[in-house]
Amino acid sequence: MTQNELLSKLKTIITPYVQNKEALENLTNETDFIKDLEINSANLVDVVLDVEDAFDIEIDNESMEEMLTVAASIKVIEEKLASK
Amino acid sequence: MSKRRVVITGLGVVSPNGMNVSNFTTAIKNGTSGIRFIESLNKLNFSCQVAGYPIYNKEYLNNYFTDIELRGLNASGMEYGVIAGVDAWQHAGLSRNTSNTPLWDVGVIFGTGILGVDKFREAIYKVDDGKVRRLGSTTVTQTMASGISAFLGGMLGCGNIVTTNSSACSTGTEAILMAYNHITNNQAEIILAGSTSDSGPYVWGGFDAMRILPYKYNHSPTAASRPMSASASGFVPGSGAGALVIESLDSAQKRGATIYAEILGGHVNSGGQRNGGSMTAPNSEAVQRCIQKAIESAGIHADDIDAINGHLTATAMDPVEIYNWSTALGRKHEDFPYINSLKGMIGHCLAASGSIESVASVIQLKNDFVFGNSNCDDLHPKIASLINSERVPTKTINFSAKIMAKASFGFGDVNTCIIFKKY
Repeated sequence: MTQNELLSKLKTIITPYVQNKEALENLTNETDFIKDLEINSANLVDVVLDVEDAFDIEIDNESMEEMLTVAASIKVIEEKLASK
Repeated sequence: MSKRRVVITGLGVVSPNGMNVSNFTTAIKNGTSGIRFIESLNKLNFSCQVAGYPIYNKEYLNNYFTDIELRGLNASGMEYGVIAGVDAWQHAGLSRNTSNTPLWDVGVIFGTGILGVDKFREAIYKVDDGKVRRLGSTTVTQTMASGISAFLGGMLGCGNIVTTNSSACSTGTEAILMAYNHITNNQAEIILAGSTSDSGPYVWGGFDAMRILPYKYNHSPTAASRPMSASASGFVPGSGAGALVIESLDSAQKRGATIYAEILGGHVNSGGQRNGGSMTAPNSEAVQRCIQKAIESAGIHADDIDAINGHLTATAMDPVEIYNWSTALGRKHEDFPYINSLKGMIGHCLAASGSIESVASVIQLKNDFVFGNSNCDDLHPKIASLINSERVPTKTINFSAKIMAKASFGFGDVNTCIIFKKY
């Protein structure tokens, strides 16, 4: 899976939770889920569960804590996919 | 010192026989039943396989919930309560608070017995399977009792009391009285009051196990719920939600709101599970006292009551309830007020019953009718010996009641009585 494919898949997952739709349009690697996209912090748990389902991976607590930006999330997903 | 006057300015209802105030009004006038045979109860070996539950498409929820709120939503009581609550809000001509400042004088008191049973079941399976980390973020908020008031309080942006009361089948009527008291005490101007009850086998099963539900009507569901009749053989379980916007008269007049009825007063008490009262049966002295104290609180006389919407669940206790009303009011035979029970049409909606039935009471006051009692052609002889049968209309009658009393009684030997007046 290319980085672009991964990014587009991630975007689809987070879209329903995003409150700032404008920031979603301008998604970059640095985009922060809570600060920029205004995702409710409680929903980060649901994002992670959706990621697990979409990529068929399991994300441990430590990795989950890192998943606050687009880049960090992609890094975690790639690592988990690689170790499958 | 005279009390602050309190009125009702909005109604919302999600009932087995009507999904909004307009359909519900037509349904109660026509005696439309919302009780149906439920195949899943048959498969699960229930004795009573009939029940009342609201019917709507899942798409209907899009009018009330955002996509994100709907994700993983598996709490029927939450759906019913939000629909009824938001409808009542709009019915009152109020809009959602879109500012960043909470409405400090506006609150929510929305009761329930148990919330999100199906969500809880889902969670139990995951937890037992070692998958607690897969529960998601809304298991708590869908299964905490106060989930319903919390949800409504957030949607509307309320900054006053936001709470959930719970007193079994007395819950809904109690919520209205709590709102009334809060406003008369100058603590708030507007309170969305109501109650909701989940549907389904996990809520109803415990009652089936107690053998207090009728089991001979699985092939004739609409005949199953028979309040006050000689052939009453248990209550039919129901579900849904009712909501009322309770508001100070000052506030209502200031914003030119339509007023559907006035609340004159009420009372809540318990029989202490003494003197005939128990966890499941009422102490008659307490019931009579509750009615009398409500009348006193309302500043009226027993003779002023034109109609009663009873608790009357269709168990062997109905004649006792009539005896208690008759004794409390000091009125019998042809002198007794008109009395009816909504449970003949929709069953016993448990925690939601008091609010749905209060909505029905206000609709009757506003629209000058008393709905007919379903399945009561054979009035119980003990009731007929206390009051005239024409006081228990079996068909809807045109009648302009000025004052209506509504009471609800619940497990734990708890009682609520409230006095509504035509405005």
